Amino acid sequence: MIDRTIFRRATLAGAAALAMFGLASPAFAQKTKLTVYTALENDQLDPFKKAFEADNPTIEIAWVRDSTGVVAAKLMAEKDNPRADIIWGLAASNVGLMASMGMLEPYTPAGATALNPMFLSGKTPQTWVGMDAYLSLVCFNTAEGKKNNKPVPTSWADLIKPEYKDSIVMPNPASSGTGYLTVAAWLQIMGEEAGWKYMDALHQNIAQYIHSGSAPCVQAAKGERLIGIGLDTRGASEKTKGAPLELVIPKEGLGWELEVTAIVKGTKNLEAAKKLADWAASKKANELYAKTYPIVAYPGVAITPPNYPPNLEKVMVKNDVEWMAKNRDRILAEWTKRYDGKSAPKAK
Amino acid sequence: MSLVVPGLKVGLSRDDLMMRAGVVLLAAILLMMLGLPLWALLAKGFEDRDGKFVGLANYVSYFSTPALFQSALNSLQVATITTLIVVPLAFLYAYALTRTVLPMRWLFQGISLIPIFAPSLLPGLALIYLFGTQGFFKALLGGGSIYGIDGIVIAQVFYCFPHATLILTTALATADARLYEAAEVLGTSKRRIFFTVTLPGAKYGLISAALVVFTLVITDFGIAKVIGGNFNVLATDVYKKVIGQQDFSMGAVVGMVLLAPAALAFLVDRLVQRKQVALLTARAVPLVPRPKLGRDLFFTAFCLLVSAAILTILGMAIWGSLIKYWPYNLSLTLDNYDFAKFDANGWDSYWNSVRMALGAAVFGTLLMFTGAWLNEKTRGFGMMRGVVQFLAFLPMAVPGLVLGLGYIFFFNAPGNPLGFLYATMGILVLNTVAHFYTVGHLTAATALKQIDPEFEAVSASLKVPIWRTFVRVTAPICLPAILDIAIYLFVNAMTTVSSVIFLYAPDTKLASVAAVNIEEAGTTAAAAALCVVIVLTSAAVKAAHLIADRFLFARLQVWRRR
Repeated sequence: MIDRTIFRRATLAGAAALAMFGLASPAFAQKTKLTVYTALENDQLDPFKKAFEADNPTIEIAWVRDSTGVVAAKLMAEKDNPRADIIWGLAASNVGLMASMGMLEPYTPAGATALNPMFLSGKTPQTWVGMDAYLSLVCFNTAEGKKNNKPVPTSWADLIKPEYKDSIVMPNPASSGTGYLTVAAWLQIMGEEAGWKYMDALHQNIAQYIHSGSAPCVQAAKGERLIGIGLDTRGASEKTKGAPLELVIPKEGLGWELEVTAIVKGTKNLEAAKKLADWAASKKANELYAKTYPIVAYPGVAITPPNYPPNLEKVMVKNDVEWMAKNRDRILAEWTKRYDGKSAPKAK
Repeated sequence: MSLVVPGLKVGLSRDDLMMRAGVVLLAAILLMMLGLPLWALLAKGFEDRDGKFVGLANYVSYFSTPALFQSALNSLQVATITTLIVVPLAFLYAYALTRTVLPMRWLFQGISLIPIFAPSLLPGLALIYLFGTQGFFKALLGGGSIYGIDGIVIAQVFYCFPHATLILTTALATADARLYEAAEVLGTSKRRIFFTVTLPGAKYGLISAALVVFTLVITDFGIAKVIGGNFNVLATDVYKKVIGQQDFSMGAVVGMVLLAPAALAFLVDRLVQRKQVALLTARAVPLVPRPKLGRDLFFTAFCLLVSAAILTILGMAIWGSLIKYWPYNLSLTLDNYDFAKFDANGWDSYWNSVRMALGAAVFGTLLMFTGAWLNEKTRGFGMMRGVVQFLAFLPMAVPGLVLGLGYIFFFNAPGNPLGFLYATMGILVLNTVAHFYTVGHLTAATALKQIDPEFEAVSASLKVPIWRTFVRVTAPICLPAILDIAIYLFVNAMTTVSSVIFLYAPDTKLASVAAVNIEEAGTTAAAAALCVVIVLTSAAVKAAHLIADRFLFARLQVWRRR
């Protein structure tokens, strides 16, 4: 009879487990639940949500947050039956592609005219509206630099000096948007031919092409590598946490990318989505962005993130976003042929 | 009362019909949770980015890239080396657990499972603390770097070891003592007994273990992504295409290439299966190892060594979760366990994970064991059983992100009647069961193959319906394997990332995904802390299993002893 008891018990346990993840309790509130897809940083979500909901008490934000690549892939895979109402905080290059595929609901937010025109899609009505810009710069570990007697670089040209052999990491442009905007910036600053020549030389100093835009500066911060080329915000936040890091702005200029807001075509909550789009373009929202990003869409907002060098706008390269999108496949194919194919383990 | 005349076709009994209907139903379920979602993505390989059919054009362009060949070669190299290291290690370990007198056997068994309790993030972080540029044992690498093939192989060995040990323990656990007694009485040497009795008995398990390890390494992108450096493998190529460039067409092409090892594994399995004979006949006597000093000492030392290596990696992660800022501020703190500070969902995602894991364990075990039983015990019906067998092998060869995207394309398609599952806990459970189907199925099949068909024959002649034999005899005999499958599903559901990362909704975010997000945000210590909580949960569940095994379920197996 033992077996029977055990089976009865197992059945009971099973039924209990099934009941546990059964139907969720029905929602009782009248609030509109707005599904927002985002690649914003984790610690930004809560303050952003609270601030928006305080001004719009009838709307509740439900975040779906992941890294840029995952969120973009998810949005594109859901194209035929969209689940997101609105995108708030995703790279312009990804969102631009979605605009060209007809996945977005064009809408010009109430305060759009007040924004820096560089942050607008340029269409009427706007397909997307920029929030802030992030940069690809150089993170230098001063503790390791001192230990190994390596000077702080000041320019892109410095990075190809032999003293930095095997001590630089950068994102792989084939897997990271930050990586691509870095490569595209070099090709635009130096011209194609000189740009590839520069990367040939740089390749000798690269220890690893990483599949992430934020990891290089984190690796530099933790002393895994001397130098990381990558996302600025991450470098700044690591420094705040105590990393011996210096954020270097190479004097030739920097590649950059926008984070944007866009309404997804087919949303069942269009009115609420428009309210969020309006709010995201407001001065109040931009003041929130300015706590993390050194450059935001609303002119004249006081910039407050710590650890940034001043006057960043001046070093941002003239970035032709359309050129970047059009030439992406070609540049990545060339890059992969030159550097990725022969990147087998380094000879010991 | 049909008269059986050899060579004449005999009518199907009610049992046969029922079993066949069951196999058809199983095939339909597997098709729904595996076949169709996979096809939904792989079909993109024949379309351009705008969805127009282009035939094999993507394949032509992919196969003309020189980088492909290098990636394929790298994948094969890593998989071969890892398999050659893991299978012998796991065999010795499983042998020690089942065939020698080991002090605190249960403890060693538990430790061997730790790697599957851990999200793949954990060995990655621990290896960097151990062997990275600032690592404690960097000197051991002799100037080499952990970022590259060495790192991948070390992490893969850690990650694959429990999978192989689980299969091999099942294979070695059921042996007929009479064979050994006979051999001894006949004066056969130990060596000869090992090669003529032990090894052949475990052959199916050995081949399964090798196939599982090989394909696990081929399809895993997590480890290669974190620690692989510039060492490109096929799985990171899929990642680049799908996540880096949102190019589903090319991602599907690489995904298809990755199915090749699965097809191979399937063929090998079919060949071996034909020769497998039941070991545990109705008259069998289970083998109880007798003490033998030299052998026991050797295996105890061996198990201690392996356990120490596993515990070092875990210990490193625990320590890493308690420090302030690696490597510049090593003072200790508990702040990293206050997850609400690092992720808006805080501890909620942890409870989501537990619920999902319970669901997967209950639903998955039921499906896998019943399914394996139907497929093993149905007579004839070869074609359909072949289909089921193939579908069961498929997920092993599919990188999680391919399966996850396939789930979006299939379940989110407008007009799919199953669309209600999308963005619920249900789809996460379904996806996880599908993702880990192969090992569960193999474990069940290995256990079932070792049971003499005589049990069914006797039941049939006593006119006992076959399902009753299943519930009253087969399932209780296989209870250890059934529990192993349930635990396997639970722990994997706690750690899985690559597939569910595409499927969670705002209120069903999982701890494993949260850990990846936290790590990406640069808070390594908090990510390590969440990993540690996941490991401890799975370890607690496993401990409960071992205790139950010892005091409760052991009684079910009493009949096996003399």
